[in-house]
Amino acid sequence: MEWETVIGLEIHAQLATKSKIFSGASTAYGAEPNTQACAVDLGLPGVLPVLNKEAVAMAVKFGVAIDAEIGKRSVFARKNYFYPDLPKGYQISQFELPIVGLGHLDIELEDGSTKTVGVTRAHLEEDAGKSLHGEFQGMTGIDLNRAGTPLLEIVSEPDMRSAKEAVAYMRKIHSIVTYLGICDGNMQEGSFRCDANVSIRPKGQEEYGTRAELKNINSFRFVEKAINIEVERQIDVLESGGKVVQETRLYDADKDETRSMRSKEEANDYRYFPDPDLLPVEIEDGFIEAARAALPELPDQKKQRYIADFGLPSYDAGVLTADRETALFFEQVVEKSGADAKLCANWVQGELSAALNKDGLEIAQSPVNAEMMSGMMQRMADNTISGKIAKQVFQAMWAGEGDADAVIEAKGLKQITDSGAIETIIDDILANNAAQVEQYRGGNEKVFGFFVGQVMKASQGKANPQQVNELLKSKLQA
Amino acid sequence: MHNKTLAELSAGIKSGEFSSEELTLSYIQRIQKLDGQLNSFITVTEKLALQQARAADKRIAAGQADALTGVPLAHKDIFCTDGVRTSCGSKMLDNFIAPYDASVVSRFKQAGMVTLGKTNMDEFAMGSSNETSFYGAVKNPWDLDTVPGGSSGGSAAAVAARLVPAATGTDTGGSIRQPAALTGITGLKPTYGRVSRYGMIAFASSLDQAGPMTRTAEDAALMLNVMAGFDERDSTSMDRAVPDYTAELNQDLKGLKIGLPKEYFGEGLDAGVAKAVEAAIEEYKKLGAEVVEISLPNTGLSVPTYYVVAPAECSSNLSRFDGVRFGYRCEDPKDLEDLYKRSRGEGFGDEVKRRILVGAYALSAGYYDAYYLKAQKLRRLISDDFTKAFEQVDVIMGPTSPSVAFKRGERSDDPVSMYLSDIFTIAANLAGLPGMSVPAGFAGKLPVGLQIIGNYFEESRLLNVAHQYQQVTDWHTRAPEEFK
Repeated sequence: MEWETVIGLEIHAQLATKSKIFSGASTAYGAEPNTQACAVDLGLPGVLPVLNKEAVAMAVKFGVAIDAEIGKRSVFARKNYFYPDLPKGYQISQFELPIVGLGHLDIELEDGSTKTVGVTRAHLEEDAGKSLHGEFQGMTGIDLNRAGTPLLEIVSEPDMRSAKEAVAYMRKIHSIVTYLGICDGNMQEGSFRCDANVSIRPKGQEEYGTRAELKNINSFRFVEKAINIEVERQIDVLESGGKVVQETRLYDADKDETRSMRSKEEANDYRYFPDPDLLPVEIEDGFIEAARAALPELPDQKKQRYIADFGLPSYDAGVLTADRETALFFEQVVEKSGADAKLCANWVQGELSAALNKDGLEIAQSPVNAEMMSGMMQRMADNTISGKIAKQVFQAMWAGEGDADAVIEAKGLKQITDSGAIETIIDDILANNAAQVEQYRGGNEKVFGFFVGQVMKASQGKANPQQVNELLKSKLQA
Repeated sequence: MHNKTLAELSAGIKSGEFSSEELTLSYIQRIQKLDGQLNSFITVTEKLALQQARAADKRIAAGQADALTGVPLAHKDIFCTDGVRTSCGSKMLDNFIAPYDASVVSRFKQAGMVTLGKTNMDEFAMGSSNETSFYGAVKNPWDLDTVPGGSSGGSAAAVAARLVPAATGTDTGGSIRQPAALTGITGLKPTYGRVSRYGMIAFASSLDQAGPMTRTAEDAALMLNVMAGFDERDSTSMDRAVPDYTAELNQDLKGLKIGLPKEYFGEGLDAGVAKAVEAAIEEYKKLGAEVVEISLPNTGLSVPTYYVVAPAECSSNLSRFDGVRFGYRCEDPKDLEDLYKRSRGEGFGDEVKRRILVGAYALSAGYYDAYYLKAQKLRRLISDDFTKAFEQVDVIMGPTSPSVAFKRGERSDDPVSMYLSDIFTIAANLAGLPGMSVPAGFAGKLPVGLQIIGNYFEESRLLNVAHQYQQVTDWHTRAPEEFK
């Protein structure tokens, strides 16, 4: 039987506010345990939450960015359950009336076509603390620094039909929230994580199958792997006559498998009800319109602009604009170097991206900054160095040997453009390779490449390749 | 000295008749001598009080005194007090030293008032007789075999017995007004949102409101002047100007329209209480007020509505008492579930557990609509009754409690009869309206309270109406024989 996969994602984006959603404590990452938890975060008797308006503004920004309905009146609700890192015994979240309603965004599929994915809702909530196991001789430590950190939970429609689509959607949300500056997008620190609801159904069937919820996946790669492995599991279950049960499963990246955490029967009854400590959030039209007017250029618009203004292919424009920092880097290189945009794009997506991946760095941490990159592009544009030498220059800059000019100078990489000097080298090569000259003149034009290689080698790559080509041709045909 | 009102004590300190330290010491001695009979205090903060008194004396000497600087008071043990045990009447918090002051407490500190200690109360403010306290029952100074009412029974008994000139209370369903009535003192529950709830341990957040418990309306006005006002730490507090609540005390009551809800004078009302309340209404007529019979048709729904809303909120509010971070933790928990179950099972008393169970049930999937949502709708209907009534009248009057103080143990095995003690007070909480109880005579040897309910934020009018009555009656000056 042919199966169809149905996926919906719940993404938790940590909002980049300075203080927590209901208290004045700092949200900075990495502090000593429990040093960033005030009386409100600790859930001491008598304390009350006060809503951080910045978190509301950020949620509204997201809402207008995905063309969603904004809840004019949204209500915070208590989600009641006991857990040691949940200080109040309830999480303040939103339930019936979320701040962001139905919206949508476009993702690009592998075949280059576009697909619209619906966003059911996005709501504000507070994060819980962390339980620390292992360091306390059989006891559990509680760190409440993260308790009360603002989250935007973004719930998609079950619109994705493959793990690749789910990743494309997750990447798109990631671009949007980072473009908006409402989330730092840092997945290692847990600022951006997702749960995936996965089910399968016979192709052509309208009804959804029973779904499993995969919890807390914190990388794009793991989302794809976790979904694929879960789909395989569900197919195995159904094809061997079993039934998929509704449950929460955990993806184990080390073993590349999903494991049951709890079934529907064991699920909590959260006893949601409106939080009487907080007033409903009323948002006026003027506020929404102002947020809409203040929207920055978003990835889709930027991509269109790159295609139109820079003449970039759609693929390149998509890759460069997926990450805001990368796009900014690229724009700076184009602007400062004045070099051809496509050439700049190739360098950013090629050499730079490879080096970053190899060293596991973010573009913001790149040892070669946009200014250094532009300097190098300029030296290529004015023929001081060839593309091939540029790779050497790039590696030296990456290794911290200074900017392009300093590297070219120190290593003597300046291109040889003097025709006389190149001719001397060519004459030498032709004299030493009489047999190949015969072959060429006998009609085997393939050996031309051999001569180019020899000349470049003899010049240590510094001879201007264009001139080498021209001079070689004229000499061989003489 | 102990028979003086707040206003008189303040004048005495300022004129140099006595110092704050002398006054404070005399109250501490009185508490030490007499509270053994009443059990109205959980903690007496003797050292702290004398320190505060000496600081107040300096402040007065420096000419920087506010209206109540140097005058002592006590706080219900539901208000967090920095460095002082804040137990909420529960074993659960017997070891809890609050690390901060409630907004109400810090306002009184800033005003220079002296804290004598923390008063007894029903556990987590759940009770109408002060019998559910982990620290034992409080006795009514008018008859030591009877209850002082609850949940602010410790504050009420202490004020009635002249162990403190004034105390704070909180009122979720009548917890200021009903004990005020049963002990013959004056108690005011302000409009919801008038006084900050920050630092007041939550029972039912949408109903809880702090207020003063004093002997006179004038004293209540002086206290409310300090307590009332917007607090940015409480999102439900109102950002609204605070008047001087003493300013209108002396206005006459000519033409005042008093509504008497017929539902408040029917079956279940003790004859002695009815008689005293009717006599009080006659006094008002003599003061020039007009009396109109009105109807609050949904009165009968207020107790059932309250006993869904309040437990639902409390079931969630009390979840933080889990034995993990503060408060009681059971011995040697086997695992996490055991820690939760035994810490809560051993730390909470029966009435608290009963309400948590009822509340959790009312919020459960499948029951939410039938209970919680329905109760919210009824709450709206009950509010609407008042809105209509206030189109017709200025204030509503009736008995505060259907009976005078009852015997200890009489209702403790029958929660429903206990809940009905609050039948006349609960509606004002559900609607968020201000309400007062003022001493209005006796039935036998026990005091009767007259309840006055006003429109939103009309505390000034309530205080004026109460004060005028106290100018022509002396019920509020009566003291129990052994505590004179």
